[in-house]
Amino acid sequence: MQPLSRATLRTLVRSNAACRSSRTASGRLLSGRTSHLNTPVPRTFSTRPARCYAASKEVKFTADNYPNVQRDPKFSKLTREDVDHFKSILSSQSSIIDAQDDASGLDGFNTDWVRKYRGQSQLVLKPKSAEEVSQILKYCNDRNLAVVPQGGNTGLVGGSVPVFDEIVISLSAMNSIRSFDEVSGVLVCDAGVILESADSYLRERNHIFPLDLGAKGSCHVGGNVATNAGGLRLLRYGSLHGTVLGVEAVLPDGTILHDLQTLRKNNTGFDLKQIFIGSEGTVGIITGISILCPRRSNAVNTAYFGLNSFDHVKRAFTKAKTDLGEILSAFELMDGLTQDLFHKTTGKPYPLSDRYPFHVLIETSGSNGEHDSAKLEAFLEEVMGEEIVADGTVAQDETQAQTLWRWREGLPEACAHWGGTYKYDVSIPLNDFYTLIEDCRKLFDEAGLVGGTEDDSKPVIGVVGWGHMGDSNLHLNVPVRWYDKKVENLLEPWVYEWIEKRKGSISAEHGLGFAKRDFVQYSRDATALEIMRRVKNTFDPKGIMNPYKYIPAN
Amino acid sequence: MSTLRILVPVKRVIDYAVKPRVNKAQTAVEIAGVKHSMNPFDELSVEESVRLREKHTQKTVEDILAISIGPPKAADTLRTAMAMGCDRSIHVEVPEKDEMLEPLQVAKILKEVVDKEGSNLVILGKQSIDDDSSQTGQMLAGLLGWGQACGASEVALDGEYLKVTKEVDGGTETVKGKLPMVVTTDLRLNEPRYASLPNIMKAKKKKLEKKKLEDFQVRAENRLKNLKVTEPPPRQGGGKVEDVDGLISKLKELGAL
Repeated sequence: MQPLSRATLRTLVRSNAACRSSRTASGRLLSGRTSHLNTPVPRTFSTRPARCYAASKEVKFTADNYPNVQRDPKFSKLTREDVDHFKSILSSQSSIIDAQDDASGLDGFNTDWVRKYRGQSQLVLKPKSAEEVSQILKYCNDRNLAVVPQGGNTGLVGGSVPVFDEIVISLSAMNSIRSFDEVSGVLVCDAGVILESADSYLRERNHIFPLDLGAKGSCHVGGNVATNAGGLRLLRYGSLHGTVLGVEAVLPDGTILHDLQTLRKNNTGFDLKQIFIGSEGTVGIITGISILCPRRSNAVNTAYFGLNSFDHVKRAFTKAKTDLGEILSAFELMDGLTQDLFHKTTGKPYPLSDRYPFHVLIETSGSNGEHDSAKLEAFLEEVMGEEIVADGTVAQDETQAQTLWRWREGLPEACAHWGGTYKYDVSIPLNDFYTLIEDCRKLFDEAGLVGGTEDDSKPVIGVVGWGHMGDSNLHLNVPVRWYDKKVENLLEPWVYEWIEKRKGSISAEHGLGFAKRDFVQYSRDATALEIMRRVKNTFDPKGIMNPYKYIPAN
Repeated sequence: MSTLRILVPVKRVIDYAVKPRVNKAQTAVEIAGVKHSMNPFDELSVEESVRLREKHTQKTVEDILAISIGPPKAADTLRTAMAMGCDRSIHVEVPEKDEMLEPLQVAKILKEVVDKEGSNLVILGKQSIDDDSSQTGQMLAGLLGWGQACGASEVALDGEYLKVTKEVDGGTETVKGKLPMVVTTDLRLNEPRYASLPNIMKAKKKKLEKKKLEDFQVRAENRLKNLKVTEPPPRQGGGKVEDVDGLISKLKELGAL
């Protein structure tokens, strides 16, 4: 076997092998994986532009864009003495980026990936140990200096960048794997380890990281835990609230919580790590995590179906859970219009010969290929026989699997093609899952704003939906030619009120950050919010941790 | 217009998207537990055969027969070929552990099948991505005494003749040959279809004839022996320097300045 010619072939066949990189064992990991998490769309709550996309345009300061948000005067302003003090704390000169020495070096830390928010921080600190973090925070707490913890800065809701002049504490210099136990599968590592590095490290040891998302090449595992990121493996491996076994975190007063448990069971008092998971840097800084990693599956199958109604989709989902059980690793829904947009923007031939109002992508992963195939076959025979699915295909090789995944993962780009997208990442109970899209369509049709892909005089291309159906997580998208106040006013707060009525969540996996702080009451009641504030006060009485975000102050 | 009886040889290989690893003894590539699929060039052959039928008629393309010479699991590859549109298939089963057959042995078996089945067109991949021999099609044409057109990017049936466009350096070359013929496929020939669920189901009921090596008059011993398989040298990792001065001194150290 000659690896060389195989590589050549790979390049040649690339044209019909959309690179769904992370599913392959080869080294092309950074190349193609795009999910809803790294999308080129400005505006919106839930997307991130590819850097090349909007890099030319200067991002306006958040402070100018949102004049209703004011800098809290209780926070001190940074002085030269402060900077000198930080220099004395940190072990390396390269751990400090100071506006006086290197103003342009701060840009990347001040601007978020959506290119919607831009802070005016004058100082970035990159501590190399929990002790250094502790000394920094203690000083900031004493001096009333506000801080923003930052991981890979790939968040979609403006949570990881300063709003005003908060000091950025980047965890990027804490990036070592501390230990891995091949028997239990428990990984202990620094917060600043890049998700993809952790996954590659684990892959060599026949394990995987229980989280996978589009931004894997940049995001930090600490940031993932701090934001309780969701992503593609959630259906199978559950949320980080279950897989994270322990954290090492620094509180604002400098206290280090050494709680890197490696035990699955530990009923000894409050489960403190849970406070930090999804806290978005408001109660402390996570500096290390321990996490339970599953064995890597060596048999993966991908199938793609066309269905005639949402009712059929629900039946297919029930069947998949029954027949595929433990090997089901993804159940993704895409409506017909999304597939048309993808086809139109990429020119790729449709996988099925006819058009359907709904499409579903199923993935199974297990330890025994023959066993999985037998299960999948039985499932396919039943859904075809009972006419639950109208048509479908099963990937016969890895390339086909990758190409089929593009019809799901390439949707954010397809939607952004005409100019932009209004995006909402919501959780809805499955019964009402797709009704949101239908109702929203009605709303826009009545308003006469929809021009389809042909009529250039109207702003809206259409109303489309896709999502992690297995997790009740829907992405409502309204692709537009230009951002238009009429569209925005139609959507907000209509979407939030709709979600509230169905007891859904206004933020399924993207978090609150700066973008959704003022909408959280649509999903959580006053009592819950009050208790959250008490928790926050207990950990951070001076309020220096990631201010102006997460939940409203009162 | 002549009637076509097409033979499509397909091979089960390590999936092209998977990075192969050399075994510890450096005698071969690790195949246990590695994803296998149909050789991508063979997918093109299957697709082209089915397209020939769709373009003309069932009567013109009377039979599309897939054949695979390989381990028990090569049957899956044949099912895929049938799901894509082949009518039936022959599986010449070779025990998993044996060394891979050489192109000449494969060509000899294919010749016997062509003679027995009355095939008048063989469409096969120009190479398989595991051993990259690129010889089987040519040897088969030689054994049969047929014309051959290798590396096809376009195939058109014209009465008794086949017009084949091939990509050559800096352009294309179009050749015309009289049937029977051997055609080998190149990457730009077509884009293989997805096997639809109904066709996957139907393929299970299509005929898959089992044969053994002993049913043919070839000797199973290879003329070449594999001495050693090695991986390309690993890429040297980069290093980081603190500042510009560090970069310059590093470059000097390496003799680049």
